[in-house]
Amino acid sequence: MEEEVKLLGAWPSPYSYRVLWALSLKDIKYEYVEEDLSNKSDLLLQYNPVYKKIPVLVHGGKPISESLVILEYMEETWPQNPLLPQDPYDKAMARFWAKFGEDKGPIFMAIFVTVGEEQEKAAKEAKEQLTILEEQALGEKKFFGGDKIGLTDIVLGWMAGWLDVIEEVSGLKLLEAETFPRLHAWVQRFKEVPGIKEQLPDRDEMLVYYKKKREMFIGSVKP
Amino acid sequence: MEMGVQLLGYWASPFALRIKWALKLKEIHYENVEEHLPDKSPMLLQYNPVHKKIPVLVHKGKPLAESLVIIEYIDEVWKHNPLLPQDPYQRAKVRFWAKFADEKCVPTMFKAFSKVGAEQEQAAKELRENLKTLESALEGKHFFGGETIGFLDIAVGWIGCWARMNEEVAGVNMIDVEMMPLLSAWFQKFLELPIIKECLPPQDKLLVHTKEFHKMLMAALT
Repeated sequence: MEEEVKLLGAWPSPYSYRVLWALSLKDIKYEYVEEDLSNKSDLLLQYNPVYKKIPVLVHGGKPISESLVILEYMEETWPQNPLLPQDPYDKAMARFWAKFGEDKGPIFMAIFVTVGEEQEKAAKEAKEQLTILEEQALGEKKFFGGDKIGLTDIVLGWMAGWLDVIEEVSGLKLLEAETFPRLHAWVQRFKEVPGIKEQLPDRDEMLVYYKKKREMFIGSVKP
Repeated sequence: MEMGVQLLGYWASPFALRIKWALKLKEIHYENVEEHLPDKSPMLLQYNPVHKKIPVLVHKGKPLAESLVIIEYIDEVWKHNPLLPQDPYQRAKVRFWAKFADEKCVPTMFKAFSKVGAEQEQAAKELRENLKTLESALEGKHFFGGETIGFLDIAVGWIGCWARMNEEVAGVNMIDVEMMPLLSAWFQKFLELPIIKECLPPQDKLLVHTKEFHKMLMAALT
């Protein structure tokens, strides 16, 4: 008997979308529960007492938190349409880059919560990470995972759906096509992948959401 | 005998130590290449161009960085004496807790060691709370891995050794025996295991090293 799958998520969290994409790519039936992060449900607090955060995947009543941990669990439980390579070394490299993408997240978000000189410094740092991704992680490959998308693509997927909104709202361009042609091409390719393209957040809605958030962070400081 | 395994490490690094424990538990013969930090060898820069850090495992000429990624690789290539549990849900749990220790316990431990006054007290309080949370992962077992040690034991066990040093040098309470009796007991048991103990850096040398590092950090505060 199939054990039921539930996802506690929140729009427009990219972490939530990572799991939505994996569920989609592996063709897994699930029930989605949208959490109001300003008023967290008892269920969320019970399922993730340590962090009290989404996403949480619940499989047969057993909760798993932390998106990367969730993705690895999904890979092992539902091996169809694999997100990780078979070869142990290639698998380790995929994990290495997934961790890199995860760890560098705050550097990109820094442009969103800063202005002026601080923001320029943050942008410089972010571009250094983009250079590493462009040249060392992606290189000549179609996707970070090779010919097909994999774990690293999913972890970096926020760059495809969110980065240009963050850039617009922050008034700063990071992923310029001329400077990062491979990443730029990857973004377009990623958005077209079946399983991903049906699960991308609405751009207009995101603009409204992130504009409001930026205003909250910046207050009355004019950029 | 396994050919072609090298570990680029540093004697005082807990992250290199994790790898040494993993290699030891799997009975893998390897060549230890000691980096003389803060100087970084051309080999290190070539093998880990992204982070330029140890540990780096080199197997059949191919380098890998990030200690937990390395341990999972070791577990997959050498299947005897498994480090991670077999069951996917149990694997998810140990990965979750290893991540928690690295992301929550380690930074607060560093802060409690490198700050003074109210900031230090606050960081130490947070660290103790984080360690208390980590204790719940033991679930009343002998070790995190059950009857025998596993992935999570070797991922977090070093904290017991370094915390003791840090407590002595920085004068702050980290592993509160009353607050976390089970974790305390586990640290002691784990670090006494012969296979674990023999890989630990010489304690007197580590104490000197810790004192010097602390002096540097205190000077940077003024």
